[in-house]
Amino acid sequence: MIDENQRQFLQFEQPIKDLFEQMSETKKLANKNTKLNLDKTIQEIQDAIVEKRKELTFNITPWQRVQLSRHPDRPYTLKYISLMFENFVELYGDRNFKDDKAMVGGFAQLNGQTVMVIGQQKGINTKTRQFRNFGMPNPEGYRKALRLMKLAEKFNKPIVTLIDTPGAYPGLEAEERGQGEAIARNIYEMTHLKVPIIVVIIGEGASGGALGIGVGDKVLMLENTWYSVISPESCSSILWRSWDKKELAAEQLKLTAQDMKSFRLVDEIVPEPHGGAHWDYNEAANNLKNFITRNLKELKKIQPNELVQKRIEKYCSMGFWEE
Amino acid sequence: MKQNDTKDPNGLDIYNDSSETNKIQVKSKWFNRASKGILTSTSEKKDTPEGFWNKCPKCNLISTSEVLKENLHVCPKCSYHHRIGSLEYYEILFDNGPEYLFDNIKSHDKLNFVDLKPYKTRLDEIHKSKPNIKDSIRIAVGDVSGERLVIGCMDFEFIGGSLGSVMGEKFSKAVDYCIFHKIPFFVICKSGGARMMESAFSLMQLAKTSGKLFQLSEAKLPFITLLTDPTFGGISASFGMLGDLNLAEPEALIGFAGPRVIKETIKKDLPEGFQKSEFLLEHGFIDFIVNRKDLKHKIALLIKIFKN
Ligand SMILES: [Zn+2]
Repeated sequence: MIDENQRQFLQFEQPIKDLFEQMSETKKLANKNTKLNLDKTIQEIQDAIVEKRKELTFNITPWQRVQLSRHPDRPYTLKYISLMFENFVELYGDRNFKDDKAMVGGFAQLNGQTVMVIGQQKGINTKTRQFRNFGMPNPEGYRKALRLMKLAEKFNKPIVTLIDTPGAYPGLEAEERGQGEAIARNIYEMTHLKVPIIVVIIGEGASGGALGIGVGDKVLMLENTWYSVISPESCSSILWRSWDKKELAAEQLKLTAQDMKSFRLVDEIVPEPHGGAHWDYNEAANNLKNFITRNLKELKKIQPNELVQKRIEKYCSMGFWEE
Repeated sequence: MKQNDTKDPNGLDIYNDSSETNKIQVKSKWFNRASKGILTSTSEKKDTPEGFWNKCPKCNLISTSEVLKENLHVCPKCSYHHRIGSLEYYEILFDNGPEYLFDNIKSHDKLNFVDLKPYKTRLDEIHKSKPNIKDSIRIAVGDVSGERLVIGCMDFEFIGGSLGSVMGEKFSKAVDYCIFHKIPFFVICKSGGARMMESAFSLMQLAKTSGKLFQLSEAKLPFITLLTDPTFGGISASFGMLGDLNLAEPEALIGFAGPRVIKETIKKDLPEGFQKSEFLLEHGFIDFIVNRKDLKHKIALLIKIFKN
C-alpha cells in the first residue's frame, strides 16, 4: 500500500496537497500537545480530502485525465495482479531472444479459476523504470505475450490483459527484430484465439504498442485512462508541428474512457476511487476484479467458434465512412 | 501511429519532394513545359503532363515523364524506384483496364477533428485537387498475365496513404470479394501509418483488417504484400507484415517507428541502410525484393505456384 507520507501530487492536485500538509501539521500539533484533542479537526480534514478528490474527478479535462493515467503513484500491472488474483506464477521469456521486463505475464487464479494474465509493466522509481523500459516493450515482449496466450489457448484458459504503455519501444534493435511484425502477429493471432479474452486499459493505451495485447471479446477501460492511435504529445508535434498543443490534441483525439465507450470502441468503464486509482489500490483492484469476474462468467458460456466469429464481427463494425 | 514521422500530415512527401508526382493525364508534347522550374512545389505538381522533366533524387539524372513512364518509373541510370500511385501500378500489373471496386466508400469526419485545419476541409480540398484519387487505398480486380487478382494499392498523396476507416472497410470488403470469387489478394503498401484524424477508429483498423485476413486464410487464399517506399506505423504493425509472402521494392524505407523518432530516442545516428528493404531482408522480414520491372512476372508466377 502506498505510504501516505510519500504521496506525490500533480499540479492540479494542489488543493489536496494543501489539505495533506494541513493534516500533517495538525497531527504534529496533536503529538506535541497531548492535552489538545484534535481528532475532530483531523476527521474534518480527511473528509475535505475525500470531497476534493470527488470534485477533481468530476471536473477534469482530457489532458488531466492523461496526466492521471501517468500518475507516479498509480498502481501498475503487477500491483493489480497481486491484489486481484491468487497463486500468480510468473513466466518469463519468448523462447527465442530474451525476457522483456516491460511485458509481464503468467498463470494466476481468479476465484479459483486459472487464467493467463499478461500486461505491460512500468517501474516505480528511477531504477525500476529503466529496468522496465518505461513500460515500452520490444518485439520479444510481444512474442513473450503471444507465447503465453498460445499456452492459455492450448489448456483452454481465459486470457486477461492489462494495458499500460506509452507505446512500443522505438529503438534500433526493436526495428531489427521486427517490432511491426511482432505487433501485427499478436493482433492477428488475438483475433482468433479460441479462449475468452478480456482486455483492460489500466493506464496508458498508446497505439499499436497497446493493441499488440489488446484485441479481445470485452475491452474495459479504467475511468482515468486513455486509449488512442497516438499520444497527445506526438500528435501535437506532428499535426500542429509544435510540442505545445498537447492539451488541444488530447481533446481532439477523444481519447478518454467516456469517448471510447460512446464510440463503442470499448465495452465498459471501470470506476476508480475518487480522484484516481492511486488513492486506494485495494478499492481500484476490487472494482476491476468484479468487472473481470462478471465478464468472464458471461464469456465462458459462449462456444469457442462463436466467440471468434463475434470478436471479428465486433472489430469489423468499427469505423465510419460515407457511401 | 505515434511514430509515423515519415509522412507529412498534409500528405506532402518529406523524403524526396523533387521527384514524386502522379502522372495520370498524358497528352501534351515533349518540352511543352511552362515557364515554371523543374522543382515545382507539391501544390502545383498535381498531374504532371507529359514533357515535364523529373530529376532522380538518387543520381540526379533528368528524364522526361514519358521516358520514365516507359521505364515503369524506375530511373534508367541508377534504378531508383520513383514513387507512384495506384493507377500507375495497375497499369504496370493488369493486362487490361481493371474493374474498380468500392470506390464509393469515402472518408467522413465523424469526430469533427480540427488540427491546423478541420479534417473535413482537408478531405474536401483533396477531393477537389486530386479527383483521380479515391482515398488512401484503391481496390481493383483484373487479370495479371491471365491470372485473376484483386489488388489493393495505396495512394500516398491522400493524407500520406494513411490507414483510416475507409482503408479498413475497403480492405475488409476486398477480402470478402476474394473469398466469394476465390481470388488471391495482393496489397501494395505505401503509407506513413494510421490516420490521426480518426484517432482510435484508425487504430482499430489494425484489428479489423487482421480479423479479415484470418478469414482469407481460412479460405486458403494467398495474401501477398508489396512494401514500397515508405511503409510505416500501423501498416507494418498489421497487414503489411502479415502476408503469406511479404515482398518489397528495392531501397524502400520500411519500419514501425520512423527514423526521426528512433534517432531522438536512442540519441545516436542511424546506420547506413537502416530500415531499407535490404535491411529487412537481412533481418528476415521480407521474402524477397522485387524490381518493379519484374513485378508483373513475379506476381503472376507466384499465383500460378500457389494454384498448381
Ligand atoms: Zn537515378
